[in-house]
Amino acid sequence: MSVETNAKVHWIAACAPDDIDEEDVMRFDHDGASYAVYRIAEGYYASDGWCTHEHAHLADGFVINREIECPLHQGRFDIPSGKAKSAPVCVHLKTYPVRVEDGEVLLGLPVQDAS
Amino acid sequence: MSAQAAMVIIGAGQCGVRTAAALRENGWEGEITLLGNEGSAPYDRPPLSKAVLLGQRSTAQCAFYDDAFYRDQRIDLRVDACVQQIDRGARKVVLRDARTIDYQRLLIATGAEPRRLDVPGANLDGVHLLRTAGDANALAEVLQPARRIVIIGAGFIGLEVAASAVARGCEVVVIEAGARALMRAVPEVVAGYLIDRHRQMGVQFHFGAQIERLLGSTRVTGVKLKDGTQIDCDCVVVGIGVNPRTELAEAAGIDVADGIAVDDTLRTNDPHIFAAGDVCSFPHRLFRRRIRLECWKNAEDHARIVARNMLERGETYSEVPWFWSNQYDMTIQIAGLPAFGVQSVVRETGDTSRIFFALDRDGVLVGASGVGKVSDIARDVRVAQTLIGQRACIDPALLEDRSVKLKGLVAAEAL
Repeated sequence: MSVETNAKVHWIAACAPDDIDEEDVMRFDHDGASYAVYRIAEGYYASDGWCTHEHAHLADGFVINREIECPLHQGRFDIPSGKAKSAPVCVHLKTYPVRVEDGEVLLGLPVQDAS
Repeated sequence: MSAQAAMVIIGAGQCGVRTAAALRENGWEGEITLLGNEGSAPYDRPPLSKAVLLGQRSTAQCAFYDDAFYRDQRIDLRVDACVQQIDRGARKVVLRDARTIDYQRLLIATGAEPRRLDVPGANLDGVHLLRTAGDANALAEVLQPARRIVIIGAGFIGLEVAASAVARGCEVVVIEAGARALMRAVPEVVAGYLIDRHRQMGVQFHFGAQIERLLGSTRVTGVKLKDGTQIDCDCVVVGIGVNPRTELAEAAGIDVADGIAVDDTLRTNDPHIFAAGDVCSFPHRLFRRRIRLECWKNAEDHARIVARNMLERGETYSEVPWFWSNQYDMTIQIAGLPAFGVQSVVRETGDTSRIFFALDRDGVLVGASGVGKVSDIARDVRVAQTLIGQRACIDPALLEDRSVKLKGLVAAEAL
């Protein structure tokens, strides 16, 4: 599950694996930023929490297959890649590496804001 | 289709432009001509009654795409085209200047025209409609603190304008001919819940009110009702519904039935001509009747399907209708067609958040209306949308009980 990237990341515990139902999403706030953590058949994933279209938190949205649907206007993103899939969203979602270790779901967040 | 074959779209609103984009996404390499008449590139209308009136967004910021998109996608966008006639025999669109455009497939996505008030004084200055970016800019200028605004029509446009006007510090009176708000859209209990909130925010309502005339010599100064009531105002906003723009189709002998009549692939009685969006009526498998929808999601869904069917993919349209509105801090989301219900079941999903489920005579879930915080309603309305698509019969006691997870009621094959 580990994802190596060039950017320096630190691994932050977001929740326990069972805190998120299968095919569901949870909000995680850390250091002034908000994230969405997903559990789908392929595993755990994370992205920025706010939709790239208007002000809505994706953790209030709906997980359907590999996609997260925004609660405001039903725009969809591919969860693993963050790619915008259907209108009205057109800007991709920033994703973060996730690993599950010692009963914790860890998000790999940039040490300095590299976004 | 021949190398010169062209896709022509009449109407450069959301449905038209999204169809043009979808034709390219689906591999169409030939010409695409998109004929608009608003003088500007296609833009998104939902913000007009909300963010634009609130001064949070300019109409320029509502454009769907920038100029480079049309160039890169080779979409011939004409923003001042006036279509005179559809010549079905020759498969040509005739413009007012007598130029013609050949089509292989034609889409009519002309949308709908706001109804005008038919009373003396309806043409006075200060009487506004809200459909276009120009309308929204004109109205946004008027919504200044302490201005007295009369809104005629308690439909979604009227109520959204009311909420925006209140936020701008205006005094707002809503006049509605019907016995209550949102007659066509939602059951009484939902409308009542929304209207209570408007009243808390200071909006006054006159239901069952017949307008005798608008008062004023050059500028509107008031509204006189048939019962003698006179309401002084600085401006009037008319939101009494829309009529589908079917004139071109009718003149060309295309079938019309509350909108251009299409089949479930969005094709008209002419195999080369399609219609989509607000302008068309179509048979819906779930509701087992012909319906016409006037909303963003339908325009979007129709565009996706009709583009594929213009390329002869033969896909049928069977999406569950879905609609949203924002008024004050309330989000309203509606799945299905709640007005077709005969029984309402309420689920309290938060202090001030409710979902109203609508069941038909046979106990089939046909609509769900969520009102409140997005985080309290969106997921359950979304699940309800799936249940409506399954024509699910659900025990009202389960719908009412917020401890019952709706997602658990969805038949397994849908997820």
